[in-house]
Amino acid sequence: MSSETGDVRAPARGGFSLSLNDPGVRSLVYQVLVVGGVVLVGWFLISNTLDNLARRSIATGFDFLSREASFGIGESLIDYHPRDSYGYAFLVGVLNTLKVAVIGVVLATIIGTVVGIARLSSNWLVAKLASAYVEIVRNVPPLLQLFFWYAVVTESMPPVRQALNPLPGIYLSQRGLWFPVPAADPVWGAMGIALLVGIVAAFVMRRWAAARQARTGQPFPTVLATLGLVLGLPLLVYLGGGAPTDMDVPQLAGFNFRGGMTISPEFFAILTGLVIYTAGFIAEVVRSGILAVNWGQTEAARSLGLPGGQTLRLVVLPQALRVIVPPLTSQYLNLTKNSSLALAIGYPDLVSIANTMINQTGQAIEGVALIMGTYLTISLAISVFMNWYNKRIALVER
Amino acid sequence: MSGNADTTPLAAGERPPSTVVGPLAWLRANLFNTWYNAILTILIAWAIIRTVPPLIEWAVIDAAGFGATSEMCREATGACWGFVREKLRFILFGTYPYDEQWRPLATVALFILLLGASCDRRFWKPWFGLVWLAGLVAAGVLMWGGVFGLTYVENTLWGGLPLTLILSVIGLSVAFPISILLALGRRSDMPAVKAICVAYIELIRGVPLISLLFMASVMFPLFLPTGVTIDKLLRAQIAFIMFAAAYMAEAIRGGLQAIPKGQYEAADGLGLSYWQKMGKIILPQALAISIPPLVNTFISFFKDTSLVIIIGLYDLLGTAKAALTDPAWRGYYREAYLFIGLIYWAFCYFMSKYSQWLEKDLNRMRRR
Repeated sequence: MSSETGDVRAPARGGFSLSLNDPGVRSLVYQVLVVGGVVLVGWFLISNTLDNLARRSIATGFDFLSREASFGIGESLIDYHPRDSYGYAFLVGVLNTLKVAVIGVVLATIIGTVVGIARLSSNWLVAKLASAYVEIVRNVPPLLQLFFWYAVVTESMPPVRQALNPLPGIYLSQRGLWFPVPAADPVWGAMGIALLVGIVAAFVMRRWAAARQARTGQPFPTVLATLGLVLGLPLLVYLGGGAPTDMDVPQLAGFNFRGGMTISPEFFAILTGLVIYTAGFIAEVVRSGILAVNWGQTEAARSLGLPGGQTLRLVVLPQALRVIVPPLTSQYLNLTKNSSLALAIGYPDLVSIANTMINQTGQAIEGVALIMGTYLTISLAISVFMNWYNKRIALVER
Repeated sequence: MSGNADTTPLAAGERPPSTVVGPLAWLRANLFNTWYNAILTILIAWAIIRTVPPLIEWAVIDAAGFGATSEMCREATGACWGFVREKLRFILFGTYPYDEQWRPLATVALFILLLGASCDRRFWKPWFGLVWLAGLVAAGVLMWGGVFGLTYVENTLWGGLPLTLILSVIGLSVAFPISILLALGRRSDMPAVKAICVAYIELIRGVPLISLLFMASVMFPLFLPTGVTIDKLLRAQIAFIMFAAAYMAEAIRGGLQAIPKGQYEAADGLGLSYWQKMGKIILPQALAISIPPLVNTFISFFKDTSLVIIIGLYDLLGTAKAALTDPAWRGYYREAYLFIGLIYWAFCYFMSKYSQWLEKDLNRMRRR
């Protein structure tokens, strides 16, 4: 291959060297070899797969998504019937996964923050209790915790006919929890819109208040005003709409309850297990974030005369968040990915619905590709959002 | 947690006032130092009094002891430890032939010994890799048998704790060299190599382990030429290796990035080749830094082996769950999960404490 045998350490500039001692040529050869190897392995696997698929006469392609699913799904956010298509059934699974992920992320963040701050508490009992919580939940497999919570409901709760009735209208049995919800009324929709308007108004008000304080030095009671806008507007709408008080109360009908809202044992187990497990990790993230802020910052804030709450809100937290956000993102991603454990207890998340699809159609490759593609999309969306947030709060250095 | 109370100077012969030192002062400083802490303390104390005595009653006082039969358990109002005693060997060793169960026990001991020895920094030498290799071969001989007069036991009968340890330890040891290559590839100047490594790592880290196990159980058989089959355990093991390699590569990349640029430049300046530079200068330093995150990866990996229950293998969690289906002993899930939870917890807790200690120790060394 080598056409030139000169001084190998100084390849002729401008000349055409093909020596393996030329770093450029060498790197090209290596890359061709690596890419060639990957392509070869890929080709080997794909040709085997095509061969096997033909031999077992398994159909390929995503056409099956439009065929009738003909299996039931335990719980669903949207109306679903076994006559609907596989694609629609999969959508039900994706929504169920997102439901666990969104509620789980919110609850785990709240519990994790409280436990993380509690670990730093000056109260010995609180600090010890919080660290015991963290050390226990982080060191036991999440799947084991899931099984435990599932068994708590399905094995230790009474059957439906002897359901516990701790408060009027609330029933607890081995088939889940039933509780009353306000009966349908147009006022609730209007209140939702009012809440959104209130949040937007609060956001605008905060920007205005910050700008005014920067210009004139006059502070504005933003906390009270925010509370007033976010809670007050919906309350006004509620009162203005005639303050409906009708409730949809669950009633025992035959073998099960009717009406009200239900939390199934599966949903309860997956949510409780994931929230308790992830909160342990978030607590550590929060704790290390707070510890990462130099004590001098707190002292400086105090000597400026800021009270404790403002010290935390204006000085410590903005700096701690910079440390907290990147690891928090990976905890959110972990929680979302761990929601796939739902398969083990029968909560109809996207993996368990894809599993049923694979079993019914035999199209394993498409099923696994759907699962992976969906999770990659969700993961990507969370990281894009958190990266945007991280950039927003990042330190802007001169 | 302020300890400022004991720095007060004392006059000779004078007894310190009880509000400054002693148990009362400790209570004041740590439990009742502000009004909200006092309220918190009282609330928590009340909660502890409400929950801990019933728990002890359940676990000890009202419990049926380890010798209890299922009839005795039905009558007892507390825990049924007889269940754990009865199912102990099934939970620990699964369906491994009963008379041969000293072999999985020896394997577990061997793995614990190897893991324990690896914690000692004196053994962080290249030759220790050979010890690991020998240990893995010995574990294989013990579990499979078929030589030295041991009867052959096929791996569909393996289960319980040895399976958990095999999946995690072998997964880790095979994934380790792969992850080094992936980490180096990700930091490489060669765009094609870098792209392949980044794509692999991000793809694996973006999907849940279950989807990989799924792929292993339903897609691997399709990947192979006709006539070639691999059993379920090996398929799960390959999925674990693929998974662990991506996560460990990220831990090692962190170590590589922490090495100052001067080290790379000095190695280049000495005229070392790429592999000499990496093998003799960069990796020894980078791997030492990466060990705490690698231990953390191993902990989460150890917990994740419990997922194999989904593709029908019986690891520690799987055997416990199977033991619960015995009609004579139904409903003792608390005892079963508490027992295996304790085993998982012990492994993970000691590893995490070790990783914390190591991190402190390494930091101290580096600062010097």
